[in-house]
Amino acid sequence: MENFTPISASIGGALIGLSAVLLMALNGRIAGISGVFSGTVFAERGDKLWRILFIIGLIAAPALWALTQGAHPPFEITQNWSLIIAGGLLVGFGTRLGSGCTSGHGVCGLSRLSPRSMTSVALFMGAGMATVAIVKSFLGT
Amino acid sequence: MGRNIAALLAGLVFGLGLTISEMVNPAKVLAFLDLFGNWDPSLAFVMGGALIVTAIGYRLAWTRPKPVFAERFQVPGNRQIDTKLALGAVLFGVGWGLVGLCPGPAISALTFGGAPVLVFLAAMGAGMAAYELFDRMTPRPKAA
Repeated sequence: MENFTPISASIGGALIGLSAVLLMALNGRIAGISGVFSGTVFAERGDKLWRILFIIGLIAAPALWALTQGAHPPFEITQNWSLIIAGGLLVGFGTRLGSGCTSGHGVCGLSRLSPRSMTSVALFMGAGMATVAIVKSFLGT
Repeated sequence: MGRNIAALLAGLVFGLGLTISEMVNPAKVLAFLDLFGNWDPSLAFVMGGALIVTAIGYRLAWTRPKPVFAERFQVPGNRQIDTKLALGAVLFGVGWGLVGLCPGPAISALTFGGAPVLVFLAAMGAGMAAYELFDRMTPRPKAA
């Protein structure tokens, strides 16, 4: 557990929570990234601009952070292209089929004790952990 | 106007949270999912911090009759646990475990994640579009 960073994780998490609260208190919307992002294309007309601006903010934040810190946040990805493509397809299709991801179900849903979100989080956490274990045993790492 | 500035601000704060917590790093997310390896519990603290703030903040927000820039709070009322929910969560979890990226971090890493993130985002968008197609072709049961 030498990479464990509980303080920055808690502060970052609190900011994610603050973002969810801002979007609810000001706009009355759930901060679910898969739904917000998908809606930039598929939502009804008149319901798109705020989504696009939220996504712009999401992209701009680490870039602005990099400007002040002089370095990008750490980023490491080692998977081959087929795993990256398969992962992207599954994440895109699965989050829409299941009506949410780590933010919509994980943060917003759990905080209002939604039984659907509790089910979703248990399943995607379990599936994610099982997948990592299986991939590791196949790749022998 | 206010609504759009609020959304931009919320996106910025969300992205800052992902950056500070290092959840934009797929390796760190995979280290959380790797229970039987060199486990890094950081992601649980990210969730914990987010949940405490959201649970309290939502309840404070809902004491007001309506949001500042909108007519009503749009909170999902569906409480039915169905196959779509469960299957979707499992498919998402498998994809998440394969790469270590979920939608927020994948989008947030656009400016520094290089080609892997661009390819992941393209595939994620294709998966979402495939769902929209599937959803429009599936007959909808009439509401009871």
